[in-house]
Amino acid sequence: MRVLVAMSGGVDSSVAAAVLRDAGHDVTGVTLKLWGGPSDSGCCSVSDVEDARRVAAQLGVPHYVFNFSDDFESTVVAPYVQAYAGGRTPNPCVECNRSIKFGRLLERADELGFDAVATGHHARVRVSGSRHLLERGLDPGKDQSYVLYMLSQAHLGRLLLPIGEMTKADVRRRAVDLGLRTATKAESMDVCFIRAGQRVDFLDERTAPRPGWVVDADGRRVTRHEGVAAFTIGQRRGLGVALGERRYVVDVDATTSTVTIGERDQLLRDHADLRDPCFVDGPVPPGTEVDVQTRAHGDVVRGVVEAERVRFVVPQPRVAPGQVVAFYEGTRLLGGALAA
Amino acid sequence: MSSLDTVYLDNAATTPLRPVAREAVEAVLCDNFGNASGVHSVARAAKTALEEARETVADGLGCRPGEVVFTSGGTESDNLAVKGAAHAARRAGRGETVVTTTIEHKAVLASCDRLESEGFRVRRVGCDTGGVVDLDALSDALDDDTVVVSIMLVNNEVGTVQPLETVADLVAERSPRAVLHTDAVQAVPWVDVEAAAARSQLVSVSAHKFGGPKGVGALVVREGTRLEPLLEGGGQEGDLRSGTHNVAGIVGMAAALRETVAQRPDDTARVGALRDRLAAGLLEAVPRSWSNGDPLRKVAGNCHVGFPGLEVETMLLAFDQDGLCAAAGSACQSGSLDPSYVLLEMGMDRRDALASVRFSLGWSTTPDDVDAALALIPAAVSRLRPARRR
Repeated sequence: MRVLVAMSGGVDSSVAAAVLRDAGHDVTGVTLKLWGGPSDSGCCSVSDVEDARRVAAQLGVPHYVFNFSDDFESTVVAPYVQAYAGGRTPNPCVECNRSIKFGRLLERADELGFDAVATGHHARVRVSGSRHLLERGLDPGKDQSYVLYMLSQAHLGRLLLPIGEMTKADVRRRAVDLGLRTATKAESMDVCFIRAGQRVDFLDERTAPRPGWVVDADGRRVTRHEGVAAFTIGQRRGLGVALGERRYVVDVDATTSTVTIGERDQLLRDHADLRDPCFVDGPVPPGTEVDVQTRAHGDVVRGVVEAERVRFVVPQPRVAPGQVVAFYEGTRLLGGALAA
Repeated sequence: MSSLDTVYLDNAATTPLRPVAREAVEAVLCDNFGNASGVHSVARAAKTALEEARETVADGLGCRPGEVVFTSGGTESDNLAVKGAAHAARRAGRGETVVTTTIEHKAVLASCDRLESEGFRVRRVGCDTGGVVDLDALSDALDDDTVVVSIMLVNNEVGTVQPLETVADLVAERSPRAVLHTDAVQAVPWVDVEAAAARSQLVSVSAHKFGGPKGVGALVVREGTRLEPLLEGGGQEGDLRSGTHNVAGIVGMAAALRETVAQRPDDTARVGALRDRLAAGLLEAVPRSWSNGDPLRKVAGNCHVGFPGLEVETMLLAFDQDGLCAAAGSACQSGSLDPSYVLLEMGMDRRDALASVRFSLGWSTTPDDVDAALALIPAAVSRLRPARRR
């Protein structure tokens, strides 16, 4: 097959390219330039592009750079800023997967006549009859299927995820065996377009922060805050209050710029409202009980899928609006949605 | 073409080494390793090669040997010219205004940005839809305080030859004390630089654009032009460019320049005809495609074509996989492409700028290359189209 491999300059996608080449595919590497501004690592710094280029050269496969920075700005960064300004907690990696990697990149691959696109995600594509399934990666600690919840049959039929079949240790070993210069590279953890610890500054540069009140559950004013962007549902640190007992952010109201704090119990909900659901292989019928995951590496809990929401069997801490709620059956991803 | 299965149409980026240049470089590297600044026989041999090369380069560019300053290439020549002349003028208290265009090479634009950050006033003049500098705006921009005017001879993207004679008239009339710098990096293969830049006090060239090696260039500094150096040290090149001479590179540049100048009339006619055939063939084969740049003021090697609805990154990848090398915009350090600021300055919208490809021909381009390009490009373009229409 002619395969276009998205190479970030990290070890996973480097090994993905190697594995596919060794399996006899006609591999072409591409690195996406997404961000021109300052960042610590990012998928798009010059040194990462250089790493990807060197790995491609070592593997003897052609390598190109696609500049999707305009699309990244409009489909990832601007909505990210808007979401925080609206009191939500966005997941930019998910939006990048949706719009860039499995949007623009897949579109280009089609245009260029590639049979498939591959990435270095830790997840597995399985074929079952005429259908494609998406399963958690072999390495449970590294599984990334959660951030791929938006993939459907149309994507999966043209997607290869070779790294999902390996543990991280396997990946590193393979990279060392191949002598790849990315073998010992640290993983990127943070939002690629923002420097570590600078999220609020970044947001403040793009939207004028609106100061407001932090209030308690009874509506009493506790302290002032500089803007809702610094707060996320469930947050415990950095509330600017010393109350003896632990307090959590239980609500963020961007329209009045009000942050409500309370005790942990006040965070608990018996359901999460959902919007923009996606399903890997057709909708999950309402009333189906599934495993529910609400954080990238969080545990799963049981829940019942209903129209536009999921009802938890045991009440759970509130899911911040904008976060992904993914549905699983065992290791198989069924789909997901964004918390409303 | 040098490689049998590659159609190389990116000669504005760099050209293959001319065999005469290769021989000259090899001879120095193998048999003449001396440091041209020494006093003994080995040094003298290097010095002799260096000064012969200087005479050759002076001959090719229409200046005296003592007016040639060897540099590491076009970027250094541009930096030395623009910053060096501005700093010297400031030191002499002659003024602090620099005038340039918005379509210069980044080496000039960035040098002007630097000067601006140092307190110089910089005026940047635009161009028309064909990429010709706006002479009225230039006239308005020139004043008594102007000390450096930097205007290229040939634009690197769309190949437009600038009206340097008129520019020189305007500078003489409105800013008589200003130094005129001309970036002639893209001009050497096609334009008689000696005549075209005769009235420029500073002229930049780069060897690898005309069949010489990379990493070597020259700046013509006409007698009486005051410059401050960028690099200080041993005082080579009349104190304007310290550092041990790259004798091999310099000798290679001289050999390439001699051949380029000798063959220029023939090459321009031959390659111009190939370019015309390529451009006409592409415009005919691809519906609604268009040509960028002023057709009457374009150098012979430049063919710049827009393909409606397509994206240049996709096209360049498809061409490359078919064995054809072309370019677009300005490749940045990461290798990604931004829309060409030159096309944007010419009034083109972002979408059309990102749909435009530069095919640049050179001394080594053959009729077979053009035949292959005319077979391959329209086929690749039509293959790319259906997916975009979905």
